[in-house]
Amino acid sequence: MRQFILIAALVFLPSVTPAYGKTGHYEAVVAEPFLELHTGPGRGFPVFHVVDKGEQIDVVKRRTDWFQVRTKKGIEGWVRLDQMAATLDTSGRPTALDDPTADDYVGRRWEVGLQLGDLDGASVISLYGGYHFTRNLSAELRLGDISGDFSSGWMATADIVHQPFPEWRVSPYAALGTGVIHIEPQATLVQTEDRTDQVGHVGLGVRMYVSRRFMFRTEYNSYLTFTSRDDNEELDEWKAGFAFFF
Amino acid sequence: MESGLRVLLLTGLAAATAGCSLFGRDAPPMDDAGASAPVISPEVERREVKTPKIDTEDFEITAYYGLISVEDFGSNSIFGARMAYHVTESLFLEGTYAMSGDVDRSSVEVLNNIDLLGDDRDYSYYDLAVGWNLLPGEVFIGRNHAFNSALYVLGGAGNTSFSGDDLFTLTFGAGYRVLATDAIALHFDVRDHMFDNDVTGEDKTTHNIEFNLGVSWFF
Repeated sequence: MRQFILIAALVFLPSVTPAYGKTGHYEAVVAEPFLELHTGPGRGFPVFHVVDKGEQIDVVKRRTDWFQVRTKKGIEGWVRLDQMAATLDTSGRPTALDDPTADDYVGRRWEVGLQLGDLDGASVISLYGGYHFTRNLSAELRLGDISGDFSSGWMATADIVHQPFPEWRVSPYAALGTGVIHIEPQATLVQTEDRTDQVGHVGLGVRMYVSRRFMFRTEYNSYLTFTSRDDNEELDEWKAGFAFFF
Repeated sequence: MESGLRVLLLTGLAAATAGCSLFGRDAPPMDDAGASAPVISPEVERREVKTPKIDTEDFEITAYYGLISVEDFGSNSIFGARMAYHVTESLFLEGTYAMSGDVDRSSVEVLNNIDLLGDDRDYSYYDLAVGWNLLPGEVFIGRNHAFNSALYVLGGAGNTSFSGDDLFTLTFGAGYRVLATDAIALHFDVRDHMFDNDVTGEDKTTHNIEFNLGVSWFF
């Protein structure tokens, strides 16, 4: 299970940012009186060179909100997003940059996140991926790795999530789902058998848009485990974590 | 009386001027050719805004090798891989998976000549962490070379597989990253992996300190 979550994380994460092909560099023309080149991609790195208005630069790469550029003389440095956005392309149009905003957040299609929480006294780490059919409705696939004092295991569920007010910065949602839970007792305890049961759950949660592609998410779930024994088991889960959209 | 009349006249004049300017705005310009011909033909071209293809390097993959001190079970070599996503210049998220071979025998096992763990001596973990580039900067080697660097701190949670159990683990650490080129970096990391374990007979929180050296690649 652990390996599976890891592999899923490794497969999902690269798709968070759009895959840009490594084609020729984008060429921009400085439109403001000057463009500052920093020695590194961060606000603290000093400005060591300025490019004058009208000069052409090659944009080599982007790292977070910084752009590595090369002047015609071959000087390389890092330019801040807002200064980069003030340049023009070679045909005189403003440089359009991918700068995710709250509007992109509301209109998002895919979402991937990680959460940490408590499932009836046991710790749970969960990974989920979701697809938004509309602004209100999405489907999610969730995997949870459970580890408690007396038992450990995993859980996988498929959910329908409804968000009545998608445009709110802090926005509540409700979830309904079903799946399976697998529990195995700890090795140091007297041997009892592993079991896999079906679960159904309802959940309530809140998403909060932070910035860029980033959001915070916290939720409560109430699980009903359909056991083969006389009684069905009820489990409460609280968890919180972060997610990306793209 | 005279001043009152003056005020009245001025008010009237002001109202008339204001009215003229108001009406004048709405009145169409006098056109000799007739009022039906459009003054400007509305041909606005739809402009397509295309985001240029710029190579984005927000991901960093690291391979590392190091030593982990598994509490009660000696120091053991460990190797692993990390994947980081840099959200901003300061914040990054990181997933790690690492494994060690079979851990050393504990002193309890050696002195009593017993085997506590049996076949479950192998140690592996994964964790998901949030990191913060606390002290970004540059290092200088000689007078001609400067390399970007950062001292970062991180905290996260995960699971350790050891002694036949999955153990919920909290991880805290700090690391130092030096960028050898714009895409390749060297890492030195120290991490504390904390989990509760009862394998030695008492239930206790164990601290398993790891240090490692890694090479990473931004893509």
